[in-house]
Amino acid sequence: MRERERDAEQGDARNRTSLLKKMEISVAEAEKRTGKNAVNMQETYTVYLIETRPVDAASEGTNPVPDSLWRRYSEFEQLRNYLLVTYPFLVVPPLPEKRAEFVWHKLSADNMDPDFVERRRVGLENFLLRVASHPDLSTDKIFYSFLTEENGWKETVFETGFQAKADSRLKALNATFRVKNPDKRFAEMKHYGDELQSVISQLLRVRARAADRLYGVYKVHGNYGRVFSEWSAIEKEMGDGLQSAGHHMDAYAASVDDILEEEEHYADQLKEYLFYADALRAVCRKHELTQYELEMAAQDLTSKKQQREELATGTIRTFSLKGMTSKLFGQETPEQREAKLKMLETQIEEGEELVKERNGECEEFVKSAWVDIERFKEQKDHDLREALISYAIMQISMCKKGIQVWNNAKECFSKM
Amino acid sequence: MSGSVVDNTVSSGNSSAAIPTDISGQILDLDEDDDLEVFSKDTTLTDGSSLNASMQTSSASMINQYKFEEEEEDADTKDIFVTVDNPESHVTAIETYITYRVETKTTRSEFDSSEFEVRRRYQDFLWLKGRLEEAHPTLIVHPLPEKFVMKGMVERFNEDFIETRRSALHKFLNKIAEHPIFSSSEDFKIFLTAGSGELTSHKKQGPGFLSRMGETVKAVAAAVRGVRSRPQEFTDMQEYVEAFSQKISSIDKVTQRIVREQKEYLEELKECGPTYALWSQSEEELAEPLKNVAGCVDKCCKETDEQVKHLNDHLIPVLHEYVLCADTLKAVLRRRDNIQADFEAKTEALATKKADRDAMRDELDKTEDRLEWANNALKSDWTRWQKGMRTDLRSAFIDTAERNVSYYEKCLAVWESFLQSQRTDAEGNGNVDFS
Repeated sequence: MRERERDAEQGDARNRTSLLKKMEISVAEAEKRTGKNAVNMQETYTVYLIETRPVDAASEGTNPVPDSLWRRYSEFEQLRNYLLVTYPFLVVPPLPEKRAEFVWHKLSADNMDPDFVERRRVGLENFLLRVASHPDLSTDKIFYSFLTEENGWKETVFETGFQAKADSRLKALNATFRVKNPDKRFAEMKHYGDELQSVISQLLRVRARAADRLYGVYKVHGNYGRVFSEWSAIEKEMGDGLQSAGHHMDAYAASVDDILEEEEHYADQLKEYLFYADALRAVCRKHELTQYELEMAAQDLTSKKQQREELATGTIRTFSLKGMTSKLFGQETPEQREAKLKMLETQIEEGEELVKERNGECEEFVKSAWVDIERFKEQKDHDLREALISYAIMQISMCKKGIQVWNNAKECFSKM
Repeated sequence: MSGSVVDNTVSSGNSSAAIPTDISGQILDLDEDDDLEVFSKDTTLTDGSSLNASMQTSSASMINQYKFEEEEEDADTKDIFVTVDNPESHVTAIETYITYRVETKTTRSEFDSSEFEVRRRYQDFLWLKGRLEEAHPTLIVHPLPEKFVMKGMVERFNEDFIETRRSALHKFLNKIAEHPIFSSSEDFKIFLTAGSGELTSHKKQGPGFLSRMGETVKAVAAAVRGVRSRPQEFTDMQEYVEAFSQKISSIDKVTQRIVREQKEYLEELKECGPTYALWSQSEEELAEPLKNVAGCVDKCCKETDEQVKHLNDHLIPVLHEYVLCADTLKAVLRRRDNIQADFEAKTEALATKKADRDAMRDELDKTEDRLEWANNALKSDWTRWQKGMRTDLRSAFIDTAERNVSYYEKCLAVWESFLQSQRTDAEGNGNVDFS
C-alpha cells in the first residue's frame, strides 16, 4: 500500500495538491469492541485505528507520535456515501467488501476471523490512501475531519444533509427511466463497467476454486512425509534417504499456505477493481439520471410552451383533459384564459431557468466526470498491469520453491 | 548371469520320468520329485561352470551352491534382451483377446537361435508364472499385472489399460530374464521361443489336475498344522513384509490421490486462461498483458497435464507392482512355513509311529533337505529382491522428483518470459521500472 502512496505522489501533476503530500495516513490496527447498539442490544464489532502524521515532521527526523482515532466499518461506509452524494460525477474509490466472498474452503467467511479482519484493515487503509491521493476528493473537509476528529464527526456529516439526498437519489436511480438521446461515451463506459464486473467476478470464482484444488495437491504430499518416515523405520540402507525425503515432502505441503496467502493479495487487488467497476457504472447511471432530468425539464418546457401557443391562438393541437372538458362543458371566459396564460408564462419562465440550470449541471457533470474517468482509466491500467506482474512474480516464486524442494527430495532419494 | 545356480525345471513336464521307484506311488508328493531333479541335472551356464550335483548332495554344499553373487545384474554381461510390444486384438467365435509380441535377442547357447519373435496372450504369462512358482515355491516371482481392473471403470480393450498391461508384462519378463534361476528355466525358454501350437502342447504336459489338487490339500493341511518353531529370521521377514505391505500400499494410495487432486486442479486452471482472454477483449492498454497472461496460464495447463501423465505412467505402475510384490512375499513365506510344518509333522510321526520307520526316515530326510533348500533359496532370493526393490523404488522416486523439477522449471520459464515482455514494454513506454 505504501507503493500506491509513492506512486500517487510520483504520479501526475494534479496530485500536487493531494492530501498525501502533507500527511501520512495509515490504518494501523484493528480491535474488537463490545457495546450497546442503537436498539440497546449487546454487539461485538471491530474498530480500526487511523493514524495520521504530518509529512514534514517525519522528514525533519523528530518523529512525533501520530494522531490517531478509532473508526468502525460503518463509519467508513458513511464517509463513502457522503462522497458519492457530494461528488456524483467522480469515480469514488470502493471500500473493501463487507462480507467475504469468492472464498475458497480454507478461508473463513466469518467477519470476525482474524485473517479477514487483517485483510479488511489493509483494504480500509487502501481506501483512505486512494481518497487522499484523489485531486478533488482529497480536499474535502468532511474527509479531513474523518481523519482527524474522533468525536463529532458523525454529527458534522449528518448536518450536511447528505443522507436525505442519498435516499432520494437512490430512489431515483433505482427507478426505471429511459433517456431519449443517450450519450454514446457514457453508454460505452457503462457497458465496459458491466463487462469488467462480469469478467473479474468470473476470474475470482475460477481462481478460488483453483486455489482450493492446489491446496489439496500440496497437502496430500504431506502424507508422503508421514509414510516415508514410518517406512524408513523398517529399512536399513534406505532408511535415512527416505526419512530426509519425507521431511522435504512435509516442507512442500507446508509451503502452500504462504503461496495462497500471497495469492489472496492478488485477489484483493482484483476485488478492488471489481468494486471500482461498480463505482464507474454508478457515475454513468448518475449521468443518465442527470440527462433524463434535463430531458424531462426540456420536455415539460416544450409542452408548456405548446400549451401557451394553443391557448393564445385558440387551436388545440395537444390533448389536454382541461381542453376536452372545456369542449364538452363550454369554453372558458377570456378572464380565465388570461389568468391561465399568465400562469403558463410564469411556469415557462421557471421552466427555462430549470432547463438552463439542468443543462449547466449536465455539462458540468459531463466535463468533470470525463476528466475523472480518464484519470481512473490510467490508474486502472497501471494498477492492473502491476497486479498481473506481481501475479507472475508470485508464480515464479512458487515455481522456485517447487524446484528447490524437489531437488532436495531427489538428493535424498539418491541416498536411498 | 554369474553365480552357481541350479535349475530344476529343465526337464519339467516330464516329472514322471524321474520319480524313483520307492516313492512313485505317492503322486501327491510331486514337489519332492522336482526337488530330486535338482540334484540330477547337468546344467551348463553361460560362464561355463557346470554343476555335477547328485542326489546325495549334502545340504551344506547345497547352501553354498545357492548363493547368488552380487554383480549378477551387470549390464555388460546381460546376454538376453526381451521386449513386449505391439498389442493386437484377435477375434474368434468364442472370444476376443489381445496378444502381445514378445521379442527375444540372446547369445545364450541353450537357445537354438539368437532372435525369436512370438505372440503371447495374458493367459500364457499366467501359465509361465504358475510354472515358476510351482517349481520354486520359495523363490520370489515378480508379479504380473492384475487380471482385470478392480475399479471396473476401464474396459479390457481400453488403450491406456492395454498399454499399462503391456508395460507391466514387459517388466515381468525382464525380471524373469534377470533372475539367476528363473532365466534358465525350460518353461521360460519355451515361452520365449515356441510357436503357439508347440506352447499349447507343452502346457498340457504340466502337472495334472490331481497333482494340483494334491498341492492344495497339502497346503491346507500344513496351514492347519501351523509352524512350531519358525526361525527368527523368517519371523523377522514376515514382520517386515507386513509393514512393507502397509507402507507401500499407503504410498500407492497417496500417489493416486495426488493424481486425482492434480487432475481436478487442472480442470479449474483450464478455465483461467480463457477468462483472461475474454477480459482482454474489453480492454485497450491492458489487452496485451492480459492476452499474454492467458497464454501463460494455458501453457502451464499443458505442463500440468503432462506432469500428471508422467505420474500415472511411471510412478504409479511401479508402486503398484510392489504392492503386488508384498502379496507375493506373503505367499512365499506361507509356502516356506508349510514346508516346515510338513517337516515338523513328519518328525513327530516318526517319533510316534512304530511301523515303516525306514521309509519314514527316508521321507523325513528328504523333507529336511527340502526345507533346508527352501530356506536357503528364500534367504538368497530375499536379499536379491530387497536389492531390486531398493533400486526400482529409488529410481522411480528420483525420476518423479526430476520430472517435478522439470515441470516447475518449465512453468518458471513461461512466467519469466511474461515478465520480460512487460519489462520491454515498460522501458519502451518510459513507464515505472519495477525491479
